[in-house]
Amino acid sequence: MSISISPASEPFVGEQFDDIEQQRDAAKLGMWIFLATEVLFFGGLFLGYTIYRFTYGHVFVEASRKLDVLIGGTNTAVLLISSLLMAFAVRAAKLDQRRALVGLLAGTALLGCVFMSLKAVEYHKDYVDHLVPRMGFKWEGADPGNAELFYWIYFAMTGLHAIHVTVGIAIMLVLALLAWLGKFAHGNHNAVEIAGLYWHFVDIVWVFLFPLLYLVGHR
Amino acid sequence: MIRDATEIDIKTRGEFARDNYLSEHTVRSWLLTTDHKRIGLLYLGTILIFFLIASVAAALMRIELLTPQPKLVTSETYNKLFTIHGVLMVWFFLIPSIPTVLGNFVLPMMIGARDVAFPRLNLMSWYIFVAGGALALWSLIHGGVDTGWTFYTPYSTTYANSHVISMAAGVFVAGFSTIVTGMNFMVTTHKMRAPGLTWFRLPLFVWSLYATSLIMVLATPVLAITLALISVERFWGVGIFDPKLGGDPVLFQHLFWFYSHPAVYIMILPGMGVISELITCFSRKRIFGYAWVGCASMAIAILGFLVWGHHMFVSSQSVYAGMIFSILSFLVAVPSGIKVFNWTATLRKGAIHFATPMLYALGFIGLFTIGGLTGLFLAALAVDVHVHDTYFVIAHFHYIMVGGMVMAFMGGLHYWWPKISGRLYPEFAGKLAAMITFIGFNLTFFPQFILGYLGQPRRYHVYPPEFQIFHVLSTAGASILGIGYLMPLIYFIWAWRHGRVAGPNPWRATGLEWQTTSPPPKHNFKETPIVTGPPYMYSAEKDVDLNLASI
Repeated sequence: MSISISPASEPFVGEQFDDIEQQRDAAKLGMWIFLATEVLFFGGLFLGYTIYRFTYGHVFVEASRKLDVLIGGTNTAVLLISSLLMAFAVRAAKLDQRRALVGLLAGTALLGCVFMSLKAVEYHKDYVDHLVPRMGFKWEGADPGNAELFYWIYFAMTGLHAIHVTVGIAIMLVLALLAWLGKFAHGNHNAVEIAGLYWHFVDIVWVFLFPLLYLVGHR
Repeated sequence: MIRDATEIDIKTRGEFARDNYLSEHTVRSWLLTTDHKRIGLLYLGTILIFFLIASVAAALMRIELLTPQPKLVTSETYNKLFTIHGVLMVWFFLIPSIPTVLGNFVLPMMIGARDVAFPRLNLMSWYIFVAGGALALWSLIHGGVDTGWTFYTPYSTTYANSHVISMAAGVFVAGFSTIVTGMNFMVTTHKMRAPGLTWFRLPLFVWSLYATSLIMVLATPVLAITLALISVERFWGVGIFDPKLGGDPVLFQHLFWFYSHPAVYIMILPGMGVISELITCFSRKRIFGYAWVGCASMAIAILGFLVWGHHMFVSSQSVYAGMIFSILSFLVAVPSGIKVFNWTATLRKGAIHFATPMLYALGFIGLFTIGGLTGLFLAALAVDVHVHDTYFVIAHFHYIMVGGMVMAFMGGLHYWWPKISGRLYPEFAGKLAAMITFIGFNLTFFPQFILGYLGQPRRYHVYPPEFQIFHVLSTAGASILGIGYLMPLIYFIWAWRHGRVAGPNPWRATGLEWQTTSPPPKHNFKETPIVTGPPYMYSAEKDVDLNLASI
């Protein structure tokens, strides 16, 4: 095996790799490891939620009822559909369908924006309803401190998730631009594939957040 | 078998490779490099700065402690000094030390690769590290932090009047550099190995780096979210550790130690890997129980995630949880013991060469054993209640982190220096420095075991007069230790230009990194090596005329 850089017929292989296969495997493994770190990053908050839900279960149920299930539910559907588009986008990249790829990536980004817009509306509504800790928080029921704790966790978890969605939207837009320029041709769809993994991860986090935050109060 | 190293050695002995990774000299060529070897050196320079600052903080503390009453600094300044020392030493020196410097430099070469899997991410991790370090220094310049490196709530979130947020942000940012490095090393080890280099033919240093990387990627994000939570709580005035809302400050301790105990193993596992390389090379003998030593690294990494509660025996944790954590902590001694016994078994009937790296390695074995055994005292519930938060704990973890990790780092730096620079350091000065370090270290920290057992608590600068003799001994030791660290700095800089030319393999070692020229070319190997046998095929009979202690 020689050190020489791969021939021109196989573009975009980093000089540290022997072939595109090795490069693709490495990128995928790297992304999976990164997602494992993300699981643990969110894990701290999930642990906090679990402990306080166990300790102050009743108040958490009460507090959860004040969240807007309609917006939360709509957002769940929006993210799930965006993930579907993302999965199609990866397939389009593999089949070298440039126009479909651009459209699907842009569609994914668009649904991400819809999610963020609905989230903004919801945050505003929470503020008007005095549910934001430290910013005019008011609670009529028992144990206002514990209720405030619930909303603090709600804002921390959905806020951290929203940051991830924003990053995801930016990645999708950049990828859509690159796809439009034809950068993912000739089996060089690595970037689309690993960005897809990231987007699905962000989606799955929301799939856990939605029932934990919005549905615990509903029978 | 790996190609006979001595054969190549004879052919090219004494040559300084002109075509090497250092050929370009512009600043731009350094700041934009994606070469793992150059990035290793960038890290070396950076962590050295933090080591010096943190050492100055330690020196000021030791001078202050010469007298029972405060003479030099106020209580507040003293609090800031030990915080600076802890934060910088842990996150900006020890954690990056061996992985990012020696690991970056030799890992790709050890597995016969041209670079790590993601060279640009590798450079990015250095920039992230520098950004984190800059934030930490910003916090320091604006007055520092007085919470201790542990940032315990509610002091850090509510009561401290120092720059907690910027310091936590610095550590938070540096954490991402650790994560990127760990991810990069794992993928590199999985995907970039040379043909024929199976997992059980890997050098033990690679095993230890893999185990370390596993901890880096799984533990560091928990620290990140924890630091983010205390920063937000401090900024917002409310949060999940806030007792006013029914939040629990002890939850912070759980989250913090869930990271910080595994992090202790980030600060020792790479050192163990280096020692495995040194012991076998300078005994001219195959390592005893290769698979056991390699798997022990993985066992330590995994067990490390299950023992964090032993930091919290006295913080309202249930006594049953304490008992479980105690038993699990004892279990860590098993793989650690396997390593120590296997190193000593490797020495037996070996042809031992007392070269500088070997002196550090032997020092490591002794000091790590003391540090490890006192760790068992601390894992025992009842004993821990007696010595908790005393100098006994301080002495214990310095035996591991300084006596262990820093000794291994110095040993590894001497061992790979000929590969890094293409030149030899002065052997006599090296041996002298190794011995001065060993003596200075023991004089610094052994009295602290006694102090702690007698009841001197950590983080106080006022103490009863009868403790003074131990503090004076410790300070005297620290000044000797300082000389031991300063000497290599001087002779390494000298040797960079004026040292004798080393040739590709001055130690006649078997690793793949010794099969290429010194300093190595940009892509490490002229042609990708093919591995056909196990590592460490040393034989004392073949090397009877060898004297590595005076090359």
